[in-house]
Amino acid sequence: MGTADGGAKKAVVSAEEMEKSKGVREAYTSFGEPVKVFYGPEDLEGFDYEREVADPGTYPFTRGIYRSMFRSQLWTMRPYAGMGTSEETNERFKFLLQSGQTGLSLAFDLPTQLGMDSDDPLARYDVGKLGVAVDTIEDMERIFDGLQLDRISTSFTINSTAAVILAMYVLVAQKRGIAVDRLRGTVQNDILKEYVARGTWIFPPRPSMRLISDTIEYCLNRIPRFNPISVSATHLCEYGATAEQSVSLPFLNALAYIDDVLKRGYAIDQVAPLVVFHMAVGGRRFHLFEDVAKLRAGRRLWAKLMKERYGAQNPESLRLKFSTGALGGGMTAAEPLNNIARGAYFALAAVLAGTRSLNMACFDEAYAIPADLAIRTALRVQQILAYETGVTDTVDPLAGSYYVESLTNQMEVQMRKTMENMERRGGIIKAIEDGSLQRELARQSFEHQEKISRGEKVLVGVNRFTSPEEEKPLEIYRANPKVRQMQIERLKAVKASRDSQKVAEALSRLRRAAEGNENIFPALFTAVEARVSVGEMISALKQVWGEFQEPQTV
Amino acid sequence: MPKPRPIRVLIAKPGLDGHDVGAKVVVQRLRNAGMEVLYSGLRQSTEKIISAAVQEDVDVIGLSILSGSHLELTQELMAQMREKEITDVLVLVGGIIPREDIPLLQAQGVDGIFPVHSPLEEIEKFIREQVPRKRGEMLPEKGPEK
Repeated sequence: MGTADGGAKKAVVSAEEMEKSKGVREAYTSFGEPVKVFYGPEDLEGFDYEREVADPGTYPFTRGIYRSMFRSQLWTMRPYAGMGTSEETNERFKFLLQSGQTGLSLAFDLPTQLGMDSDDPLARYDVGKLGVAVDTIEDMERIFDGLQLDRISTSFTINSTAAVILAMYVLVAQKRGIAVDRLRGTVQNDILKEYVARGTWIFPPRPSMRLISDTIEYCLNRIPRFNPISVSATHLCEYGATAEQSVSLPFLNALAYIDDVLKRGYAIDQVAPLVVFHMAVGGRRFHLFEDVAKLRAGRRLWAKLMKERYGAQNPESLRLKFSTGALGGGMTAAEPLNNIARGAYFALAAVLAGTRSLNMACFDEAYAIPADLAIRTALRVQQILAYETGVTDTVDPLAGSYYVESLTNQMEVQMRKTMENMERRGGIIKAIEDGSLQRELARQSFEHQEKISRGEKVLVGVNRFTSPEEEKPLEIYRANPKVRQMQIERLKAVKASRDSQKVAEALSRLRRAAEGNENIFPALFTAVEARVSVGEMISALKQVWGEFQEPQTV
Repeated sequence: MPKPRPIRVLIAKPGLDGHDVGAKVVVQRLRNAGMEVLYSGLRQSTEKIISAAVQEDVDVIGLSILSGSHLELTQELMAQMREKEITDVLVLVGGIIPREDIPLLQAQGVDGIFPVHSPLEEIEKFIREQVPRKRGEMLPEKGPEK
């Protein structure tokens, strides 16, 4: 350093430059802004607690949608189950309920998700594999045999065929004399994200939207405690969405569903309270504070959107109700036990963000669907968090942090930008139809993967701190290969014993309903009652609505 | 001596599995590496994959399977390739593949297995090294010069 002007120069060298020269690591947010080495009051200049944050349970609900949150009620620890046969699933459910679970979660095999029967040749390798196979209402009756449907809440991970599955569930309850309006639960029913991620679409987006609106309308009128849609962030995240996109894209989807139902003449305060979200934490882009901040910002933004744009009055319309999925994409194949630690941090983020329900990816996620040990461990991780760490003692403990509040503000700005940008592009449905959204996310996931390849994004045990020795193979879950044969025989028996005249009539009624504008549910009930199979109903609807043709997605 | 044409790859999603984020990441990596890469889209039958591979004269078929049906789907594809006497196409399988299934896939005749989180550079390197071997150095004659 020169001597003559050294002193003067020193004065203009900022603290940040000094730090850089001392080898302080650079850090950026997921939206590309530099992260300061530390945050202080100047980062929250003009901060208005009442307007931007407010007490929990108070508009704009940044801190939480209810006042006492975990002090009154812990989050629901919801393991994902659904396996092989309907009997196995039923046994599992009974076991889970006996061991204190309050909420059930049902996974379906791919053929059921895609509207194919178990005897469909295209389904030959997938029956009963990733979840339970449902062909007719008889399968549904076996799954819920002996369970008090008015006392449990069941979450159904089903999208394209959600209306059919819901109609079956309602009829099972009715047949047992349970008042339908007492049913509680959720169908995922979020088709728009299926075109972008995960891919269980059947029909083109427009008729799919109609089917969803029919479901929302049916629930709104008949089973008001049932959530007809759970707008999901998790798959979008696994498909390359950034932290802010993991909230803003589901919001765009949700608004598309809401707008579609509003066109039928319903009021926002009838519709909005039924729309719930499945948010995402963790995954390969995990950042503890960004995940917390995006969900805090999400609660605030949703409340403002509902109030300012839609004129909602009912507080239930303003509350962003979400469960959270801790993403399996963050779980590595290398050194799988490390994933227990990852899962714990993901869970911590979800809980610090005030989730109402959490389902966890398991440590064997990169190998198979979770084995018993992995499922139990994921539950224990949550129980340790709930009972051993003190994290539940006070609501939104990160509020007021210079860093977290300013990150929350930044997240909201980014989300608004993304939403406005998409609306300028002609809306999210258009971006899905032309494949531009899919390509954008594919590019982002590629860029992120390249960062891992280059070692810029560290994955312990994968690109840093790796161990040379071969891993011992994990004990993994294997699907029961006999399920398919059994399902085929059952389906055959159903088809042999039902009234084929009634079946034909039910199918033609279903087609007529699809061609017209009436709500499809009455026609679905007739078909389910006549023991028409999922595959038969979906084929009939395909005849009217056609099938989605994938645009170029990469 | 004609200039060798770029390596041509078909990345395909057989069966019902809709998880294609990894497949699309591989597509982009190989394209950036100068290969010609086709992506099949979802829910392709093995018959369709093979006929696309033949029609497009590809050097590599990469299957992406995350639904647990990798053994069945790969077996089917390999049997159909043998039937059609296709021996010069490199077959790769990626996705959620339990370790103990790797030797089973190899026994079916799969050339390379890349479970989730395999480094992209390994996939690229493997293709570059193995395609000429598989083709018996016939690469330039196989397709028209580009």
